[in-house]
Amino acid sequence: MLFNIVENQQLTSSVYKMTLSGDVSAIKRAGQFVNVQIEGLYLRRPVSVCDFSENSLTLIYKVVGVGTKKMSLMQAGESLDLLVGLGNGFEVNVETEKPLLIGGGAGVPPLYALAKSLLKAGKKPTVILCFNTKNEIFLYTEFKNLGIDAFIATIDGSAGVKGFFSDVIKTQNIDFDYYFTCAPLPMLKAVYQQLTPSGQLSFEERMGCGFGGCMGCTHKTKNGYKKVCTDTVLKKEEVLFD
Amino acid sequence: MNTKIHFCGLELDNPIIPASGTFGFGQEYAGFYDLNILGSIALKGTTREARFGNPTPRIADCTAGMLNSVGLQNPGIEAVINDELPAFDKICKKPAIANVCGFSVEEYVEVAQKFDAQAQIGIIELNVSCPNVQHGGMAFGTDAKCAAEVTAAVKKVCTKPLFVKLSPNVTDIVSIACACENAGADGLCLINTLLGMRIDIIRKKPILANVMGGFSGSAVFPVALRMVYQVAKACKIPIMGCGGVSSANDVIEMMLAGATAVQVGSANLVNPFACKEIIEDLPKVMQKLGINNLQEIVGIS
Repeated sequence: MLFNIVENQQLTSSVYKMTLSGDVSAIKRAGQFVNVQIEGLYLRRPVSVCDFSENSLTLIYKVVGVGTKKMSLMQAGESLDLLVGLGNGFEVNVETEKPLLIGGGAGVPPLYALAKSLLKAGKKPTVILCFNTKNEIFLYTEFKNLGIDAFIATIDGSAGVKGFFSDVIKTQNIDFDYYFTCAPLPMLKAVYQQLTPSGQLSFEERMGCGFGGCMGCTHKTKNGYKKVCTDTVLKKEEVLFD
Repeated sequence: MNTKIHFCGLELDNPIIPASGTFGFGQEYAGFYDLNILGSIALKGTTREARFGNPTPRIADCTAGMLNSVGLQNPGIEAVINDELPAFDKICKKPAIANVCGFSVEEYVEVAQKFDAQAQIGIIELNVSCPNVQHGGMAFGTDAKCAAEVTAAVKKVCTKPLFVKLSPNVTDIVSIACACENAGADGLCLINTLLGMRIDIIRKKPILANVMGGFSGSAVFPVALRMVYQVAKACKIPIMGCGGVSSANDVIEMMLAGATAVQVGSANLVNPFACKEIIEDLPKVMQKLGINNLQEIVGIS
């Protein structure tokens, strides 16, 4: 499906925000992703959806290789072929009064649409954004503008609380009864192991197709083998770390 | 424009068949288009027991292609028969191609025999060419004697046409193709993926957890075409051409080289509508080229 690039803006030294216009009707939930066809590259590149509404789609992506590098060089007016509505996304209809969102680096963007979905469902989330250092921070203001409590953790202490998500929970006495997280694998594992309440974890993996055809991204869960592309978000109860 | 093709007593509406391993058991594509437009479908490679496959990452991007080291993930023959085939029946009425994998001659025979008894299966495709498993798969397909042995053993228990899917990772694919033909194969499918690898220069480690994987995609098309051409000249049994096919033009080229049917693999992963678009384009391309009956061009080049 063709989308038009409205804006492609640099947020930090390696993170970009791309706004596109096109048919987003296939996107049903926060936490879903799109698979981006990039000229000159064979496989599409999966990018999480940061926000979607009417005919507008926002992607925030980190330049990590040739694909995202090429994306970062694209300009407003150019078009992009996307497969949209991929992945299961986060389930917001769960029993929670005080949800906590925990994002790590490139895992932060999908939590923005999630925060909006939760607010719409009448549940006010608190968010913790984790980065290595101050210069990497993005989306903090946007979360604050939703009228929710947003906290920063940096590993080097250059902004917010020094340390990890757990240090924010401790020092800020954050009270929560459920969590949603999207982050690199080691951080997902730490969230899974350290937090008592139930929650949902969003995974990533190198993918072939993004819609379940190739079985390239399978991981083991307590409910058998699941494909990261179709079951991107797992409930804590089914997560299985090797 | 007649796109129908005939071989082994079967008639397909068109020669387009999604290749095994790129189409699961059809379910993932049923939301994109009606699978009944396809010539047939080659189902995901199936073994006796359920398999997880290899550790991830098991996909890597390449110039004009990709590597996979999935390693025959599948739910095992019993679950395929009990769960996947009934589910497949709901989305596709075309006779399917069962891709049979194994780690011993006995396993190939057992899995093939079980598939052969299923009404939905029209063709048995013997996969002796998966590069991603140890002590099985490709080990059978890279030695003419082993390939002939497993072909003959499976042929004995099959009532349906038996195709052998060959590996390109050999010195002389013609000798292996001939060995399979002499052992009783009703047809051949070529090629499976080419063994390859990539290294992440930042981590300085192989991208694939399994180090090596099967290379497929547009880049392998000339290699596949050459092998189809060579085998078609040497063998009398029908060939399904496979490897890098991603357009109606590629299909025509494969058929000119000697393929009666054409499998489309990696192209489905990049564009889930690939087979549908090729089927829609075929009559237009035929018209442009002055081809009225597709079957007539098989092997004429």
